[in-house]
Amino acid sequence: METATNHVLPIKRKRDNDKLLETLLYTWSVIVLILVLYPLYFIVIASFSDPSAVGNGKVWLWPQGFTWDGYKELFNHSNIWIGYRNTIAYTVVGTAIGLAVNLSAAYALSRKDLVGIKPLSFFFIFTMFFNGGLVPTFLTIRDFNLYDTFLVMVLPFSVAVFDIIVARTFFRTGIPAELWEAAQIDGCGNLRFFALMVLPLSKAIISVLALWFAVGHWNSYFNALIYLQNKDLHPLQLVLRDILVTNQMQNALGTGEAAQIALRLANLLRYSVIIVATLPIMCLYPFVQKHFNKGVMIGAVKS
Amino acid sequence: MINRSSKAHLQRYMLRIGKNWGLYLLLLPAVTLLLCFTYKPMYGVIIAFKDFKPALGIMESPWVGLKYFEKFFQSYQFWITIKNTVLISLYSFAMFPIPIIFAILVNQLRANRYKRVFQTITYMPHFISTIVIAGLMMILLSPGNGLMGNLFRLFGAEAPNVMGSASLFSSIYVWSDVWQHTGWDSIIYLAALSAVSPSLYEAATVDGATRWQKIWYIDIPMLIPTIVTLLILRVGGLLGVGFEKAYLLQNNLNISGSEVISTYVYKIGLLSSQYSFSAAINLFNTLINFALLILVNQIAKKYSENSLW
Repeated sequence: METATNHVLPIKRKRDNDKLLETLLYTWSVIVLILVLYPLYFIVIASFSDPSAVGNGKVWLWPQGFTWDGYKELFNHSNIWIGYRNTIAYTVVGTAIGLAVNLSAAYALSRKDLVGIKPLSFFFIFTMFFNGGLVPTFLTIRDFNLYDTFLVMVLPFSVAVFDIIVARTFFRTGIPAELWEAAQIDGCGNLRFFALMVLPLSKAIISVLALWFAVGHWNSYFNALIYLQNKDLHPLQLVLRDILVTNQMQNALGTGEAAQIALRLANLLRYSVIIVATLPIMCLYPFVQKHFNKGVMIGAVKS
Repeated sequence: MINRSSKAHLQRYMLRIGKNWGLYLLLLPAVTLLLCFTYKPMYGVIIAFKDFKPALGIMESPWVGLKYFEKFFQSYQFWITIKNTVLISLYSFAMFPIPIIFAILVNQLRANRYKRVFQTITYMPHFISTIVIAGLMMILLSPGNGLMGNLFRLFGAEAPNVMGSASLFSSIYVWSDVWQHTGWDSIIYLAALSAVSPSLYEAATVDGATRWQKIWYIDIPMLIPTIVTLLILRVGGLLGVGFEKAYLLQNNLNISGSEVISTYVYKIGLLSSQYSFSAAINLFNTLINFALLILVNQIAKKYSENSLW
């Protein structure tokens, strides 16, 4: 009798234990989801709510005093749309340049028969750990007459060594050496091989890098802050900075009833502008998600 | 004799280079860009040892030795910026295990559909720009009409001005990063975990291993190489608190806790045009990071098979 219960007990205890762990695990995951989603959700409902209701703490789960005013107000600020246009241009052109420059370099470095591969790799990797710093870089950009130009946002800093390493690993594992040997016998040169064989086989890495470059360009403000003065060249992020961080809208207001209305709109604008600026780039991820397979990421780890 | 063989050697080399000329053409754009915009500024670093005058140019400006380094060491900003930079760096560094734990827990989620949705949602904040994050925090943490102010008032208390507090700055900086990037940073560990062969788990189950034991004896050892590599890279950037967020979250009230080397370099260099002084501070920072990276890489080499080079 006793021995029998002794045998049953540990197994039963183990099952209970497993159930408890499972419950704890799912509770944890739900808490994480709430912590991540609620601030974002709050911005969405606040953008549709009466600002005074938001200020009084009445907005928790649903919009209060539903209004489109925040979104209508977006159309009264031409700088937002100029910024939008510029950001789209920088993102499209910058991503194209980034892909062209980095993929071709990565392919060349992935070839083990490249003479001088060691010093060349060092030439690239060294820049990950050492750089001239802000002022010397700034002076260089000025020397090249790139200060306050469209080009400064898309060209000088388009080499991404980390991405080159990831893509190089992808090419090394994904493009068999025999393929190149066979192509060579058929009289195919390196450039044709790269364009007609390597690139079509590398859709996964191309979409991952494209996502990285696009998100980087869409979200960056540092280069614009340093190298752009002309407001007509400013990207969306710098316009956002004026609205969200330095509160230039509110500071410009006076007092009185007109100012009250303007303040109300300025408050609403802060929510709607966040939505409009963030939604497009967030929607990009699901399209690329399937390519974030273990192959690409493991490649990143191994190198 | 020797001459002839080395000549033949060289000829063979040239032949191989010539045969692969297309590859060098592919490298050309990236190499040119790096030479112009990364290596040329490295040469420009010498202005840290000169009294740089834009009118004179880098070559003609007079040498001043370590004058600007001494100026930095003696300025009262020196200890403040170093202290803040080190504090925030170490604080962020202490968060290093969070994505690892996160990945291990996510890996335990059994329901595949739920797991995928969970991952997609926790990656989302990564795509938000630094500026929006800063704006978001100002909105949510404002004591007046922010979410936190409302929460405090719900309990009848007065909300503290978190954004204007020098001592809370590092916490705001670090925890907003945790909120934004934990999901995304865990991808790399999840990828490493997904490469674990299922037969290992099956064998462990047959041997009667508990969940904890599987995590402890299978998952964590499988993650070690990834952890070491990322750890080394992190240490290399230890003294580099990013400019973008620190600068955005700064205000007059919290400046004594929020001035870090990178923001100071920007203000001195570009806002007040003290080029040489700014370059000196920047160089000092870069050298320390570089030294740390080499040190840690050596340690990693000695105690494990994982190192960067």
